[in-house]
Amino acid sequence: MTTPLPPPKKKDPVLRTRQPTLPPGNRSREAQGLTAMAAVGRFALQVCAACGQVQYPPRQVCGNCLGGDLPWRDVDPVGSLLAETKLHHANDLFFRDRLPWRLGVVRMDAGPSVVAHLAEDCRQGMRVRLSLNLDRGGHAVMNARPETPGPNSEDDFQLRELTTDPKDRRILIVNGKTELGRALAQGFKAAGAREIFVGQAEPWKASAALDAIKAMDGVTLFPLDVTDTDSVQELAAVLGGKVEILVNNSYHLRPGGAVDRLDMNISREEMDIHYFGLLRLAGTFGPAMRARGADGAHGACAWVNIMSAYAQINNPAFGTYSASQAAAWSLAQCLRAELSPGGVRVVNAFLGPLDDEWHQMVPPPKLTPEMVAGRIIDALQKGREDMSIGAVAEEIADRLAENPKEIEREIKL
Amino acid sequence: MAEIGLLGRLMGGILGGGIRVVDLTMTLQPDVPTIVMPPEFGQTWPFRMEEISRYDHRGPFCYWNNLSCGEHTGTHFDAPIHWVSGKDLPQNATDTIPVEKFIAHACVVDCSAQAAGDPDFLLTQDAVEDWEAVHGVIPPRSWLLMRTDWSLKHDPVAYMNMTDDGAHTPGPHEDLIPWLIGERDVIGFGSEAVGTDAGQAQHFNMPFPCHYHMHGNNRFGLPALTNLDALPPQGAVLITPPLKIRQGSGSPARILALVEGPNG
Repeated sequence: MTTPLPPPKKKDPVLRTRQPTLPPGNRSREAQGLTAMAAVGRFALQVCAACGQVQYPPRQVCGNCLGGDLPWRDVDPVGSLLAETKLHHANDLFFRDRLPWRLGVVRMDAGPSVVAHLAEDCRQGMRVRLSLNLDRGGHAVMNARPETPGPNSEDDFQLRELTTDPKDRRILIVNGKTELGRALAQGFKAAGAREIFVGQAEPWKASAALDAIKAMDGVTLFPLDVTDTDSVQELAAVLGGKVEILVNNSYHLRPGGAVDRLDMNISREEMDIHYFGLLRLAGTFGPAMRARGADGAHGACAWVNIMSAYAQINNPAFGTYSASQAAAWSLAQCLRAELSPGGVRVVNAFLGPLDDEWHQMVPPPKLTPEMVAGRIIDALQKGREDMSIGAVAEEIADRLAENPKEIEREIKL
Repeated sequence: MAEIGLLGRLMGGILGGGIRVVDLTMTLQPDVPTIVMPPEFGQTWPFRMEEISRYDHRGPFCYWNNLSCGEHTGTHFDAPIHWVSGKDLPQNATDTIPVEKFIAHACVVDCSAQAAGDPDFLLTQDAVEDWEAVHGVIPPRSWLLMRTDWSLKHDPVAYMNMTDDGAHTPGPHEDLIPWLIGERDVIGFGSEAVGTDAGQAQHFNMPFPCHYHMHGNNRFGLPALTNLDALPPQGAVLITPPLKIRQGSGSPARILALVEGPNG
């Protein structure tokens, strides 16, 4: 069985905080294909289009027939653990800080044998299930767990280095005044979060969602208005050293585009909340979170940006909103690079339309807050960093990958 | 020795000779609430401040900020062009109002006891006539200021006092404003809440009567005042110039009152 995760302790103020280190990060261009799969939680390997051989590690030509067409295909992730070992010495600083470390060789049913990180309850000869995970440096690694995980398996020390599980971590939800903010608070609570901090702007405007959050245990409300630099700075000064997962669910949707509705005030508000708001949060909470990326078993681990799928392709019915989302997405990419030295993962969730008052005139399918919160928390538990939530967002991602021109022409329908 | 003129006597009063200067202005800061409109309408920007430099690499010699806010933020001056009823009047904007109108006498009606018991308290014509019986008739071209002590509510939630049917804050009754204009020729109406009209004024038969009638008759508004408790019922002089904004509908303003009495 897996050793249960020790409950988080209050920080000892006389001990130096462990500095973040990263596992070795050099990957070939082909191997970054694994990163793309790990980012979205797929288990896919190159499969030779000519002879069908499954390739590992990634390569330019087939190891069997020298064929050059090696598309990525989902592969059955199970196999048998041929050998296991425990690393007691490492010169690499990341592993040196985390010894002992378990490794093994798995013979996959699909063919290849792979070196994988091993869960504590894996034993030689056991049937295991592989996953592709992002490590703290953001690169894909193989991880093996028993095909039927035992008790406490989510507490596995090495697994928590690969995932961003909210269990026993402190969460900041930026906006508690939407139904999604409420569903996130309830979801994180159910996922075992240690504490939940929830921001509220303009307290004089009532919110049923916030009232529901107020009624929860283990939740503390704080003033936070992402359009106000002072407000963000003040909260970062208060909470920066505590937040281990930050969820930016700022949201301000107003229908309309550029030609049919020129309104600089609306457009500026959208940019202020989605783009400048993220910038203010990044510049204030980012440094503290990056510095705490290796602060024990419950260190800072993830920054979640909840964005619209229209960040990826402008929907002219929500034209200026889409543009502000695209700006936020670009900044999220910058944030991902800037937080990576701390091992803090930037998780970007792209949503289809929510079932709220601002999407009243949009036909279904529309997303419930519970569905969105559930998908985000699941992705954190599994250690993913990119996700499209809902049929609309998934379709946008697929059609953009296939032919961006096609969706650009058709999305206005 | 030079003769002491009118202004010399005024300055003598201000410099320790029995004229106090009272600040009737809220401090502009980011958490000052602004008026709430339905979300599908345009919204006023709240007060925001971004530091340009603070004796640092961005400017070693100086501390200064960039500001943004709507014209109607914090303690401010409402110009007639603000309302549809005043849109076509002459000299109706902050840059065209004759400057002598920015200095005027003030009458202060103390409604603090009534407002403490009823957030929807409305000041009626009858109540003002009762006030006149004690304190004298409102002179022409005076401000009528409604003291409610509402500005002592420093928690923005209590200050805005919103429920699902809108804000609940004191203001003038529908019958008061036309009388103040027609019978007393006031220069404008001032109050301590976020707007000159009562919180529930959108539900009145004539919505927002203070805005509609005052601005429709080229009169002004002074919402979000403070320190009205430091003014006498009659006799204070208000200095109320808004920023000279081209076609401005109003502006945050530093509102001062000159009050006869011992210097502070």
